[in-house]
Parts: sequence; structure tokens; C-alpha cells
Amino acid sequence: MPQGADTDQPDAGHRAPSFGSTGRYVGAAVPRREDPRLVTGRGRFLDDIAVPGMLHAQFVRSTIAHARLLEVDLTAVRALPGVVAAYSAADLALGDITALLDRPLEEFVPTPMPVLSGAPQADGSLGKVRFVGEPLAIVVAADPYLVEDALELARVRYEALPAITSAEGAMAQGAALVHDEAPGNVLVDVSMFATEGIDEVFSDAHTVVEVRSSTGRQNALPLETRGALAEWDERAGQLVLDTCTQVPHQVRTVTAGCLGLAERQVRVRVPDMGGGFGIKCVVGREEIAVAAAAQRLRRPVKWIEDRKDALTASFLAREQQYVARAAFDREGHVLALDADVVCDMGAYSCYPFTAAIEPLMASGEMPSVYRVPAYRVRGRSITSNKAPTAPYRGVSRPQYVMVMERLMERAARVLDLDPVEVRRRNVITTFPYTGVNHITYDPGSYLESLDLAEQTVRDEGWYDVQAAARAEGRFVGIGYSCFSERTGYGSGAFAKRRMKVVPGFDISEIRMDLSGTVTVTTGTQSHGQGHETTMAQIVADKLKLDVADVRVEQGDTDRVLYGWGSFASRSAVIGGSAVGAAAGKLEVKLRELAAHLLGTRPEVLELRDGGVRPIPHAGDGVPPEGLSFTQLADVAYLKSHLLAKETDPGLSAVASFDVAGDGTFSNATHACVVELDPGTGGTRILRYVCVEDCGVAINPPIVEGQARGGIAQGIAGALFEQVSYDANGEPSCASFLDYKVPTAWETPDVLIKHLETPCLFTETGAKGAGEGGTIGAPAAVLNAVNDALRPTGVELDDTPIRPEVVHRSLQVTRSAAHGSAA
Amino acid sequence: MKPAPFDYRRARSVADALGLLAELGGEAKVIAGGQSLMPMMAFRLARPSHLVDIGGLGELRGLWVDDDGLHIGALTTHHQVETCTDPAVLAGWPVLPASMSWIGHLPIRTLGTVGGSVAHGDALAEWCLLTTLLDAVLVAEGADGRREIPVADFFLGFFTTALLPDELLVEVRFPAPAPHAALTEYAERHGDYAIVSAAVSLDLVDGSLRGGRIALGGVADAPVRVPEAEALLTAGTTHPDELGGVFAAAADAAAAAVDPGDDQHGSADYRRSLVRTLVQRAGVQASVAARAVDDDRPAAVPAGARRRP
Amino acid sequence: MSERQLVTLTVNGVEHELLVEPRRTLVDALRHDLRLTGTHVGCEHGVCGACTVLVDGLPARACLMFAVQAEGREISTVESLSPDGRLNDLQQSFVDHHGLQCGFCTPGMLMLAEGLLAERPAAGREEIREVVAANLCRCTGYQSIVDAVEACARARCPQEERS
Repeated sequence: MPQGADTDQPDAGHRAPSFGSTGRYVGAAVPRREDPRLVTGRGRFLDDIAVPGMLHAQFVRSTIAHARLLEVDLTAVRALPGVVAAYSAADLALGDITALLDRPLEEFVPTPMPVLSGAPQADGSLGKVRFVGEPLAIVVAADPYLVEDALELARVRYEALPAITSAEGAMAQGAALVHDEAPGNVLVDVSMFATEGIDEVFSDAHTVVEVRSSTGRQNALPLETRGALAEWDERAGQLVLDTCTQVPHQVRTVTAGCLGLAERQVRVRVPDMGGGFGIKCVVGREEIAVAAAAQRLRRPVKWIEDRKDALTASFLAREQQYVARAAFDREGHVLALDADVVCDMGAYSCYPFTAAIEPLMASGEMPSVYRVPAYRVRGRSITSNKAPTAPYRGVSRPQYVMVMERLMERAARVLDLDPVEVRRRNVITTFPYTGVNHITYDPGSYLESLDLAEQTVRDEGWYDVQAAARAEGRFVGIGYSCFSERTGYGSGAFAKRRMKVVPGFDISEIRMDLSGTVTVTTGTQSHGQGHETTMAQIVADKLKLDVADVRVEQGDTDRVLYGWGSFASRSAVIGGSAVGAAAGKLEVKLRELAAHLLGTRPEVLELRDGGVRPIPHAGDGVPPEGLSFTQLADVAYLKSHLLAKETDPGLSAVASFDVAGDGTFSNATHACVVELDPGTGGTRILRYVCVEDCGVAINPPIVEGQARGGIAQGIAGALFEQVSYDANGEPSCASFLDYKVPTAWETPDVLIKHLETPCLFTETGAKGAGEGGTIGAPAAVLNAVNDALRPTGVELDDTPIRPEVVHRSLQVTRSAAHGSAA
Repeated sequence: MKPAPFDYRRARSVADALGLLAELGGEAKVIAGGQSLMPMMAFRLARPSHLVDIGGLGELRGLWVDDDGLHIGALTTHHQVETCTDPAVLAGWPVLPASMSWIGHLPIRTLGTVGGSVAHGDALAEWCLLTTLLDAVLVAEGADGRREIPVADFFLGFFTTALLPDELLVEVRFPAPAPHAALTEYAERHGDYAIVSAAVSLDLVDGSLRGGRIALGGVADAPVRVPEAEALLTAGTTHPDELGGVFAAAADAAAAAVDPGDDQHGSADYRRSLVRTLVQRAGVQASVAARAVDDDRPAAVPAGARRRP
Repeated sequence: MSERQLVTLTVNGVEHELLVEPRRTLVDALRHDLRLTGTHVGCEHGVCGACTVLVDGLPARACLMFAVQAEGREISTVESLSPDGRLNDLQQSFVDHHGLQCGFCTPGMLMLAEGLLAERPAAGREEIREVVAANLCRCTGYQSIVDAVEACARARCPQEERS
């Protein structure tokens, strides 16, 4: 059973560690060691780095969404004084970035993404451009202002083709093909599940409800844009690439591949990162081109993506359409789910996840927290003339949770049941539970979170507020979303999806130095989550060290053995377990060394107070002070002649961790109260409650920060943000005036309540916490808006919820609504 | 997103600025606070060959009231207006400080200027709406001296004003006090340009409504007045119930009178609906402000504390 | 390229002479000429606020001012808040309230808040929220930033001094 925790104070700052304490540091609000440098302006972000002789790069980009390239003429660019080089695809002749799945062509069509478009093809043509913003040439100049002057001098000639700007358009009869290899513009078409006899379940069911839902294209939008600084290091014989990425080793692999180098010849380093949210967990084209330019010029080259490019030519996310039906019995038990998912993945597959990441995620996990006995799903990705997509925080889960939660609400409405009660009758309550989707769910608090969320809303009086408002003709609504989130996908889970490149494990190396302090490496990559702190907490507990004596090293492919970076809420689960395992190995080493030196057995020794000491009452004559870590290190490094014959000198250990089976599921219920303004159609959030369970929270304020920040992004998707394109494929959001990131004014304070169902197999009992907020929020907001609209009879299923649409819906009178529903 | 190159000249006086404009010709652009110009230059949507910086001309900065009304120097920042404590300004034109919180955000208002905003001529800018509402006079200075341009002749269309290339806007003057006025607007996000904005000023005499003015932004290339709706602003009392009906009728008339266009921020129908909502709300706010003034209580919408929509 | 001009900038109380193109923005001059990289660049069109600094004590966008315009004005950046390396009370409050994650927006948020609290020391939570809304943060959901500024405001201006 989960244990409740009294940590719902919105002010997380001065709170004693209050839950999940499994050690001295894990479970405690340890101050983030990242903070002092970041609040004093002494962080080191990519654009803060300057090296002597550094040049500045920008890209000539396509201004047409879909066209045959006729010519890329850089003559005038090169003639501008101050321009050092301008390279087209033909000049650099680099390999493509190709993401693959181990699936047949009927299910997956690969779309190699050239580093620069416009390379001469076998037939002598220059190929095509496939979205506005596609890079065609890299221009390098002495000055970042001048390089933009130079871009204006490029002469590019196109032969325009019809632009594909919607899923309908892509799949229409006779539509132009974005990639000739992909008939019907379909890149992925997978039917993962089809329970036998499901059609009969639908035809025999008491009630069938349907939801048709679409979600807008979004930008993950880290405040720090992408960027890279590359330099050829003659002494090391290496290309050193500083770049803000969530996946440094994957960037190394692709860079080496595209440039024809061995992996040892590429070193990727990651400075402080200003957010990522998934947009930086794929390999971009620009960083490779920058690397290639630096390699040729033998000079450092820096590229900082500007905001216009970040909004239009970077990786986007989220645009999906669902047609989903669910069958229910008279009491509101779900009997079957049938879904057709279409994802608009844009112009290319991203590396390493491919254009299949969204439909495979949706197909695999759509039944969500509910006991769904019969399930059929078809998941497709289509390609379009829009910027490609990357796996943004949540990846399909915000959308399918929204659809599932709409189905629950719609069923409740049709069956005249309370929507929370319908959920209650369907959520998984016994664990482990193996679903119709062949996934085994580890223990969680699905029902408990639902109950606590509803109770909180009730106790705070929001149902009374709603009743009073309705009596006055005002539009107040209460909405819920109940969901779980698989975190820490191991290699088994990714292999099940049949990825050719299978992420999953993490590997850590730990070293104790002569000072008796340790350095631990992690292959995960913090981009704002505070891994330098949380990983140190885990190691400090394991080795009974002061947390200040643990240094965490990440983001350097020469120093970190290997890593899959940070995405899919994997860092605490997998990375945290790997650093814990490495520390565990070192602990054994330390005890063995001390036992050898003290002439006793390791079993009677333990780590305590900065050394290896005899276990009280078990230490059979061992000196009670044992040996300190510095004494042990002194022997291990400086007096190795004292070591046992079979013992290697030094104090280091390497350990890895992977998730066996289907991983671990965090869960939460969100509740949202909104009021609609009939005069403008604006939605105002009156209250937001999140009851979450991510197992043991290693650092509670960090977990709450993840939840609040995630919810803010979920609300952004529900109410504000959308990248739209006109019929020619021209993006309409080139500035922050058009891409409406919510401010503090639109973002509500969030009450967070914690439940704790520890994970049974991670080092700390932690489950992942990075994405849940983003996953739950759109459904809660959309349901609340629909509840507010209830007197009108109108139901909305699409996000973002436009004020104009709400305004129009509110014009529908109650009587008209009754008429149409009859 | 770096601006195209330009030459920069700093004006030491108004005369110096005029001399520079005459010397440099039509390619030169005046920069004051730069809060509208610089984003356009960053996107290279504006690329003047020369910038004449008038930011240092202290003589164009400040607010004062005399027999000719309220004078606001062109270089007065929005923030100076917002934080103005001059009782004469607060009594005669409380709508001006109260409206400032609609202009972008604090860090924009500290550099952005009244004159810059008016000269930029953005139909959605609050100062364009306020000058239109209150029959302001725009004072321009050229080689031949000063001329006064009534606001009705000033905003000519999309980012187009009656200001000549070699003229400098030096002052914005509000001839008549407007103690009972309010501006409101709607945008999806705090601090954004409005989809539609509305401002209402009421003539209240001896407890009755004797007329008023209504100005709208976001429904045409330039701010517009709506005489059809203004004509309905009469009532024998200032009782909220009766005024509510008057404002509703005026709002309907305003919505019927305008002919807005469609764009990604809102359809014509939606904009018309917003006109109806916002005229009514601005009317109520203006009358509440009026009652507050009459009751000697603070205004309902204090500066810097915009209410949630 | 246009002709460079000599400009004298007063930043954090120190005068610097720089030779810059007129089109060089103040934030680029601060970051790349003076190497004060604490001030960040997020959008270059005045919306995100990552570059917020104080100009004559008031918060302003350093991307919406050319360096040449800043002559004669007093510029303060995040580096001015802890000259001796010790966190000031506002910085400490951000640490205490987990008012930052990636830290990219933080210097702008700090300078925005310093400007606000200097002018309106008794600002209440909603007033603080309204001003914080001037800058974008993508990580925190803003609540902890508002908490941090509010706690600092309360400590600087105790209840009895509030009107």
C-alpha cells in the first residue's frame, strides 16, 4: 500500500525532508549544487564559451516548403569581406543521418536526413527541400553579425512542388510525395494489437462512445536554443564538439559516421544546458555541419541557433489525430478500446528514435491505467513538409491520456454516471497487472491518487463553487485526468519496439581519490534537473560520505564510459541505479581492502563516518577505529606493495544497470478547476491539484519542480501553444509573439500531494518523475473546460483549446443543445 | 537575428535631430526607446541606413498640465506615466497611468516612449487608442517650426501617420480632461498585443451621462472611433443598472459598425464579439472609475495591478 | 559592416571603453566584449526576458538596446549582485525555494525582481506575479520563482512597513 505524505505545502523552500527517507541524503531536500553558479551568472552555457580564433556560423535555409532544388549559388556569399567559408552539401559530401527500425518496409520507411540538403544525386539533380528552414549551406565568418549579412547573399533557385501540410492532405489520393520511397506519405503503419472477437464486443456492448481528437504541433522550447562549438584538436587528433545535447554519445556516433572518423576521433562535451525537454535528445544536422566546417578550416567554429530558427527549423512535436471508440457495459466498465492514431512527423525521421516513436508509444500504452479487456490499435506516421519532430516530454502520452480521459468522461455522460466513479470502476487495483497490451505494470497507487485528488477538490469546496457559479449562469468546470507513465525504459522495452539502435542500460565508473572523496560518472545528461545533486545523494548514502565529497561527472564522451543520456524519465531509474551499483562495488572493494590490512573478514566491516569500521559487536578484536578512506586510498595508490596479490591498485569500480522486464510506472491524478469568460472565450484556471506517486523521491523539491514545470508545459499545450503552417507550408510562428509560451500570469500555482509506492528494483525505490506533469495536464484542462461547457451541451476534444472556439461554444443555448442531443 | 548594418548619429538637440533628418534623407529613422523598432530590425523587417538617436534629449521628457491641457513630452516613457504622481494628471487623466499596465511588460515600459509609440502608428498600440479616444493633438517639429496635428488627421493607415520624414514628434497633448475613462483589451496571453482593444470616455454632468467617446483597436488599419455607438451614450442617471443597458446598446452598435478582417489571431466574427464585450466592460470600468472619483475613493483599477481577465 | 564607434559603458559601476558597430546590441556587448556572460540571450526580440538587466536602476531588455544607446547610463547585470562571491538575499531565496532548474532564465529573473523590489518594496504576490510574467521560464512553472521573490520581499520589507 502506498504511504501518504504530508508534503502538500506549496512553499517547498524551507521544508524538512519529509518522505521517502531511505538514507541520510536520499529523500532529503539537499540544496542543489548547481544553484550557486547559476544564480550568480557563473554558469557556463554553450554561448558563454569563447576560444581564440573562433568563427561564427549560420545556415542558408530553404524558404520553400517543398521544391526541387535547382541551384545553390554561394558566389556572392564567399565574396563578402569577412566571410571565411561557405559550404554547400556538394562541398562537404557528408553522410546522411539515418534512423532505422528493425521492421519491414510495409511497416516502416526510412528517410535518410542529409546534413545539408542539395547534394548532387545520381541523376545529376540536387534533390529536394522538404520544409521551410531546411539547411542548405553553412556560412562561416569572423563575426556573428556579418555572417547574417552573408546569408542574404546566397542565391537559391527552386522548382516548387505542392506542399503537404496536413495528415489529410498527405494521405489524400494523388497527393504529392514528400519522399518518393513512401507511398501515400506514410512512414509508419503498425497494427500492434487486435484482440480476437473485438468487433463482437463492440456490437454487443450497452454503450459505445467515440472521441475524435487532434493535438497541435508544439515546440518543446528550451529557453536556450540549440548550438555547437567545434574545434579540431591537433594534439589529441580529435574533433572536439561542445554542444547542448541530452545524448552526447549518440551525437558522437553520428558525427563520426557522417565525417568518416572513428569514434575515438570525436569528443563530445556538454556544458550547462538551458533545458532540453526532448528536442535535444535527437541528433541535429547543424551540429554535424559545424563539426565538418571546423574540421576543414582547422579553426573553432561556433553556431548558436537564433530564436527564429528554433521556432521554425528545429525539431517540433505532438501533432496527432485520434479516432478512438470504447465499449462500456451498463455500469460503466470498459469492455473494449479501438483506436486509430495518425502522427504528423514532418519531413524526416529523427535519430535514433525514428518517426515511429509516437505511434509505437501510443499503440503500446494507450490502455493507460484502466483494465481494458479487448484492444485494437493502428498507429501511423505520415510525413509532411513541416520541420521534423523529436520526442518531446511525454511523447504521445499527453495525447492518448487525453483521449482515454475523454472516453471516460463521455461514457460517464452517456451513462449518467459520475466521471470519477467511472474511472474508479476501471482503474487497475491489483499489481503486478499484465494488460491486454502485454505490458506488466508494477505496483502503483492509481485508485488512491484518484480518491485523494477528488477528496482534495471536494474538501476545498470547489464543487460548491461550481454549483453557485452555475446558478448565476457562470461557467465553472472541474476536470480530472488519471494516468500512469512508464519510466526508465530498459533495453528490453526498446528492443520490443524493434529499434535498430536500442537504448536502455547505463554504466557508471566511480573512483575514490587520495583525499578519500569520490568522482562518479553517469551516462545520463542533466539539462536542468539537478543530476549533479541527486546522483551525489545516492552515492553519498551508499558510501556513507558527506554529499559534498562526491563529484558527479557527465557530458564528456572521453570521460564517461558510455551513456544513453537523459530522456524518457530514465535518469533516476537507470542512471541512479548505475551510480548506486558502482558505489556498491566500490564499497565491497573498500571492505575487502580494509579486511586485508586489518587481518579480518570483510563481513564484519561496514562503511561509517568516512571509513571502514568494524560492525559493533561483530568486530572480533578489530581496532574500533578501523581505517579511514584516506588511509585506505593511501595504501591503494601509494603503498601498493601492501595490497593482496590478487588486488589491483587504485580504488575504482565500474557497474552498469538495465531494467529487466517492462520497467516501472509512476502515476498521478490531476484535477483542474476552470472558469470560462463568455465575453472572450478565455479560460482561467482557478485551481490545479496534482496527486503524484513516483516512488521514493530522491530530492523532494526537485521532484515537485519537475511536476510543476511539467504541468506548466501541459497547460501550454492545452490552451496556448501551436505551430501552424499556411497552405504553402510557411510556418506562421517565427517569433514569440505568435508562439505563445505562457507566462507566470497564465500559469497557476499547483498543489502537489505525494503518495509513495516505491519501485522494487531501482537503487533508491525511485521511479521517473520528469514527464508526468506534462502528460496529465492537457486531459485535466480539457475535461475541466468541457465540464464548464456542460450547460451548453458542447464538447470539445481538440487542443489547443482556442478562446474563439470556446466563445462560439458558449453562444449555444441550453435549449439548442437539448434539441441537438435528442 | 542580428540587425542589418546602419550608421548611428546621436542628436544633441531637437534642432540637431531635425538637421540630421534633413541631411540623411528618407533612409534615416528616428530611434527613441526602440522597443518597437529593434524587434523589427532583429528580424530585418526594418533596415534603416541611418538611425538618429533622440534618446538623450531630456527636454522631450516629462508630463505637465496647464491651460492647454496635459502635455506629454515625446520621450516620456510608459513607465514614467504609469508611476506619475502629479495630482493634476491623476485628477484629469487617470486613464493614462491606469492603462499603462496593458503595454507589454515592465522592462518594455521602462524604455518605450509615448512619442515613439504614437509615431510608430501601430493600430493596436495603447497610445494610439488613447490619443484617438481623447482627441489628442500631436505636436510635430520640422525645419519650419512646430505644427499641431489633430489625432483625427494623424493615423492614416497601417503603420502610417501624417508625420513627415523630416519631422519629429515632440509632444502629445490631451487638450481636455477625461476623468471618466477606461481602456481594456483582450489577448490570449498577458502582455501581448491585443486581438481587440476598446477605450471609452464618458461625459458625466450632474449625475447624468451626456455623451462620450468610444475608440477601438484591432478592427481596422488604424484605431477607429465609432460615432454610431457614441451617439447612444446618454442616460439620465449614473445608476449602474441603467448604465449597464446603455453600454450594452452601445456595445452592440459598435460591434455592428465595425468591419474587421480575419487573421490567425481571430476571425471577423470573433473580433466583432470582442468589440461587444470590451466596449461594455470599458464602459462599466469608466463609470466605476467615475463613481470612485465622485466618492473620492481610489480608482478601481490601480496602475500596475491589472486584473485577471 | 558599418563604421565602428567608441562607446563608454558603465557596467556594475565600472567604466569600459569599447569600439563597437552601432548595430551591436547591449547584450552582445556585455556578453562578448566585456565577457559578462551571466546575462543570457533567449530571443533577441524582447519577449523572453533572459537578457533583462537594470538600466539606471530599472529593468530593461538588453537585446532591445544598442550598446551605443547605453552611453551615459548605469547598467547593472547579475554579476553585480554578489561582488564578493556571497549570494545576496534574493539569490539565496531562489536557491531556498528551488526557483530555478536549468538556470538559463535565472539572471534575467533576478534582475527583473531586483528592479521591482527597488521600486515597489511592498509588492504583494499578485503584483510580483504580474511582473514575473515579463520573463519566460520553461522549467519551473513560475510558482517557485514567485515564491522566491515574495519571500525576499517580505524579508526586505517586513509586514509593519507595508502600506
